[in-house]
Amino acid sequence: MADTVIDTKKPGLMVGWLDLGAMLKECVITALLSAVLFLPFIALHADTGGSGGLVIETRWDSWAWFVLAAFVGRALLVVWRENPSSRTRDMLAKTVVTPVGGFFRKNMVAIGLVALVLAVLFPISPFGNRYSVDVATTWMIYIMLGWGLNIVVGLAGLLDLGYVAFYAVGAYSYALLSQTFGWSFWVCLPLAGVFAAFFGVILGFPVLRLRGDYLAIVTLGFGEIIRVILLNWYNVTNGPDGISGIERPTLFGLEFGRNAAEGGTTFHDFFGLEYSTMYRVVFLFYLILALAVLTNLFTQRIRKLPVGRAWEALREDEIACRSLGMNPTNIKLSAFALGAMFGGFAGSFFATRQGFISPESFTFIESAVILAIVVLGGMGSQIGVVIAAFFLIVLPEMAREFEQYRMLVFGAAMVAVMVWRPRGLLSYRDPTILFSKITGRKSTGREHQA
Amino acid sequence: MSTTAEMLLTVEHLTMRFGGLVAIDDLSFEARNREITSIIGPNGAGKTTVFNCLTGFYKPTVGRLILNHPKSGNTYFLERMEGFKVAQVAHVGRTFQNIRLFGQMSVLENLIVAQHNVLMKASKFSIAGLLRLPVYMRAEREAIDLATYWMDKVGLTDKADWDSQNLPYGDQRRLEIARAMCTRPVMLCLDEPAAGLNPRESLELNDLLVSIRDDHGIGLLLIEHDMSVVMGISDHIVVLDHGRKIADGDPAAVREDPAVIKAYLGEEEDEELPPEVAQDLATSGTGGKP
Repeated sequence: MADTVIDTKKPGLMVGWLDLGAMLKECVITALLSAVLFLPFIALHADTGGSGGLVIETRWDSWAWFVLAAFVGRALLVVWRENPSSRTRDMLAKTVVTPVGGFFRKNMVAIGLVALVLAVLFPISPFGNRYSVDVATTWMIYIMLGWGLNIVVGLAGLLDLGYVAFYAVGAYSYALLSQTFGWSFWVCLPLAGVFAAFFGVILGFPVLRLRGDYLAIVTLGFGEIIRVILLNWYNVTNGPDGISGIERPTLFGLEFGRNAAEGGTTFHDFFGLEYSTMYRVVFLFYLILALAVLTNLFTQRIRKLPVGRAWEALREDEIACRSLGMNPTNIKLSAFALGAMFGGFAGSFFATRQGFISPESFTFIESAVILAIVVLGGMGSQIGVVIAAFFLIVLPEMAREFEQYRMLVFGAAMVAVMVWRPRGLLSYRDPTILFSKITGRKSTGREHQA
Repeated sequence: MSTTAEMLLTVEHLTMRFGGLVAIDDLSFEARNREITSIIGPNGAGKTTVFNCLTGFYKPTVGRLILNHPKSGNTYFLERMEGFKVAQVAHVGRTFQNIRLFGQMSVLENLIVAQHNVLMKASKFSIAGLLRLPVYMRAEREAIDLATYWMDKVGLTDKADWDSQNLPYGDQRRLEIARAMCTRPVMLCLDEPAAGLNPRESLELNDLLVSIRDDHGIGLLLIEHDMSVVMGISDHIVVLDHGRKIADGDPAAVREDPAVIKAYLGEEEDEELPPEVAQDLATSGTGGKP
């Protein structure tokens, strides 16, 4: 790049390999651009005045600092980019990005096990206070949702923008079944999964012929329909007021409240412990951890079965699937149903954890976040979902004091990922079966592929 | 002539219209078991449309497509069957003019996906599969054996774990044939399998197709432009032009057929130009006929 510029243009003020004129020009353009951009963001600031109304104040000094930072930053970028000796770009591409993927790829099982052990130890570790375990629980919910959606989007290649609908169906199924029939969480959990899977099939039928953008629009509509029904079917769902007082889960009949219900026993009484709200928080964490691990193991196993391979084949080429005598209807519906089922499980966990649900928890933005987790993590990548969920759920939670800049950082992170790793953080696909492994026969190996 | 027992496919009065366009016009022909039947014709003659009708991708406007299944002895009317059932029930396999592999899946996976219906049955709604019951594990081993047989046959065993999208073009062509054969078809429809192959690869393809015919005892239906393939291995050739059958017979007869020569090379004598065109040519001064 730099060479061609010097060849075609009259070289300006050269200092070694650096063209100062070109650099200055680039920096000034950047500074001007940032001056315009930061004008509304930084220079103008709305504050509550003494009378209670909004007053606009100017902050020219901070604005000037931002513009200066852009100028200097660009200058550093140019130096870094043009420097022929350091070859930093190639270094980044070769020694940082690829080996990270390769490292994950080779030690997949080990990393998974270490992560699992860390997760199990987390609540009893010094870091495990009430707040951190609570955040980790939220993280786990989104990991589970991500893994569930991964079946539909990552494996079967069906873009689903309404996944939150199944989350909602699971949550409301549990809440309503528990309140109407007095059934416990453990009875309702599988039922909620079944209901969600049923709704998955209901969504699946009308969209059988659709793919890509068209499918995305219809699933988006489906998500909204479910939310609007929850909002307006007042007799059943209690509308916008939501459902409160949802029963908490028990551990083999042991309750986690301060006082046991009639005929029940509480956890702390049974083990002769001092009462603490922490027990429930930790129990909920282990519960969602178990559910998430179940989701993961199920997905890993089913990928290697005919159903799972058919999903991936469908993602690759539907017409070829039909020419091989595979029934696309069954394949799509099974993907929708199983993906929805895990959404339903996560939903009923959400309901039992919060104790209160309302349609507000199941808006489109939730679907978008779950989809973003799957896409950023790398379609079909299990560990990618964990990492992406950390960036999208845990980081914003930890950085609450920078709330103003949350969306800014969020957007910047998205752009960065799409620039450097356009197919997601950890996007690679492990074959479901390796010929070299089952036969011991030498295959030229995947590493030698073009 | 052959008896009906050897008859594999009978196409009767097949017509396919897309709106006003008649892609196939009253086409009738027969294909026998253990024979290679080639369908040739200039571009746009309707060859691929015939395949799409046969394999359930199009519903013919008029006509009957009868398949006599040599193994079960059943008779199937392909035009009445739902798309994927043509392959699933009647066991008609096909390949595509523009290769359609499962690109991100490995060579071996492509061949195992092709055995989906057998494995699906063995996995008992995936429960036997999830629990790794012997009934499923045995079926999977058999599937791998069949896949290995075909990888050996088309020379892809060394690349079994490659993503199929990374294979060289010729390998992709052969993999697609192997994949179709893994569905255990009784009739295999090949849409231009030699397109893009070099002469050596073409010869190897001939051997492969002849071996499929002789060793596996199935009927092949072949669309091909490469005359070295067509004339070298066909037992029977059907020539189409503008959706109509213009010739039908063994390679020697078709090669000499004046209608075929006309369709491929054009007519020898000058046709009379319409008067206004002739006048235009004369006045434009360039003269000369094209």
